[in-house]
Amino acid sequence: MQPILELANVESSYGPVQALRGVSLAVPPGKIVTVLGANGAGKSTILKTISGIVDPQKGQIRLGGEEIQRRAPDWIVRKGVVHVPEGREVFSLLTVEDNLRMGAYTRPDKDGVAKDIERVFTYFPVLRARAKQEAGQLSGGEQQMLAISRALLGRPRVMLMDEPSLGLSPKLTKEIFNIVARINGEEGVTILLVEKNVKMALGIAHYGYVLEVGRIVMEDTCANLLQKDDIREFYLGMKSAGARGPRRWKKKKQWR
Amino acid sequence: MLIYKATETINFAQGELMMLGAFFALTAATVIGLPYWATILFGIAVMFVVGMLIERTVLRPVLGQPAFTVVMVTIGVGYMARGLVMMVPAWGTETHGLPTPFADAVLTFGEVTVPVQSLAIIGMTAALCIVLFAFFQFTRIGVAMQATSQNQLAAYYMGIPVRRINMLIWGLSAAVSAFAGILLAPLTFVHANMGFIGLKAFPAAVVGGFGSVPGAIVGGLIIGLVEAFAGFYLAEGWKDIAAYIVVLVVLLIKPSGLFGERTLKKV
Repeated sequence: MQPILELANVESSYGPVQALRGVSLAVPPGKIVTVLGANGAGKSTILKTISGIVDPQKGQIRLGGEEIQRRAPDWIVRKGVVHVPEGREVFSLLTVEDNLRMGAYTRPDKDGVAKDIERVFTYFPVLRARAKQEAGQLSGGEQQMLAISRALLGRPRVMLMDEPSLGLSPKLTKEIFNIVARINGEEGVTILLVEKNVKMALGIAHYGYVLEVGRIVMEDTCANLLQKDDIREFYLGMKSAGARGPRRWKKKKQWR
Repeated sequence: MLIYKATETINFAQGELMMLGAFFALTAATVIGLPYWATILFGIAVMFVVGMLIERTVLRPVLGQPAFTVVMVTIGVGYMARGLVMMVPAWGTETHGLPTPFADAVLTFGEVTVPVQSLAIIGMTAALCIVLFAFFQFTRIGVAMQATSQNQLAAYYMGIPVRRINMLIWGLSAAVSAFAGILLAPLTFVHANMGFIGLKAFPAAVVGGFGSVPGAIVGGLIIGLVEAFAGFYLAEGWKDIAAYIVVLVVLLIKPSGLFGERTLKKV
């Protein structure tokens, strides 16, 4: 199937520090694809590069075949790629409702926006009750729900999600992941999900990539990834017998 | 008086923008000979463009730098504006008066005599406050401006054209400053250093809580009233420091200002 979003040999850096060392990945339409990796592996940089906050030095990013790298962030949003940032980043002094309206900033159709606000309230009923409150007064989980809803208001074709589980309780994380899966199923929104909570991410995603120090070291369907020894060991913390000490290093697929 | 400068970028050139606006209006009145109302519009329009130009040329390159950089840049802009004004032959270092239609008119209510001048200033300021408030609260661009000033990164993520919004914010802020300058002109006269009175807006903003529009308005009212009463009831000299005493007290009791952002950033 023709991927809706495709990265080819993308290299990005922050000043002298190279964060992505040639990343290629493909996101098929209507699916959830996840990128797993430890701190500093470059997961967030992938998303920031796609949404135009960071410009890549090399490589192409294609959305439905059209190259979108080095474009202004608002142009990319208009094309249908919306980013749910790490740490939520809601507009803390605006009301929940105004936050949602800002999510729809690129859309001219007022009636459609009002309808969509109603629709996200059905996914997250808490937000309806808090509609007139300042977003800064919401709890972390509610802010995450707001961040997701705000992104939905942009009517995205592809939603980039950066660690929605950050700072949330396991129960809340589960709830949010369930809703993310529902949104993917019911709205048909393609999702590229970056997560440290590997178990959760593999639970809802269809396909997964493993990123280490700026490189993709493994990719497979999530069902297969869950069976792999190094994933079980290094990311899920399940010990398999006899893989300790120096051998652990040999098994870990990392090279620079 | 200069309270409503609620555009949230800490702009130390605000006073100078005000001064420039007054000078443009003055030129319009004396050289072109426009009537008072037209000079106001002229000053505002010119300063709107000047503000956008300043953003485009001076501030865009430092976009994304720490707030401190922006503060230094605005201080620099202020100095340059003062220097440039002194070099313009017709403006120079002298003090000019801006003619107004209500220069000497007074209204008498029983025992109290009020100059029409002051009433006009208060009325127009109030009108401006209401217009600005409505603009920030109810229009899409106004809310987007608030959003951008609160969280620039998130604004980018939402597809708000941050650069264009920043440019508009500067234009608007310069235009509002110009309006303030023109209103003040009959009281303080127009001269190159009239911008220093703009510094009174800072205690107001601090008391109200930086970044809060209603806070800035209330803060301005408090500072203005305290100064007026201190000047009347206390000994000579108290008037000038009263505002800063209020600032100290407020900062001691509520460091974020009366209406300041209560939410600490959650990580």
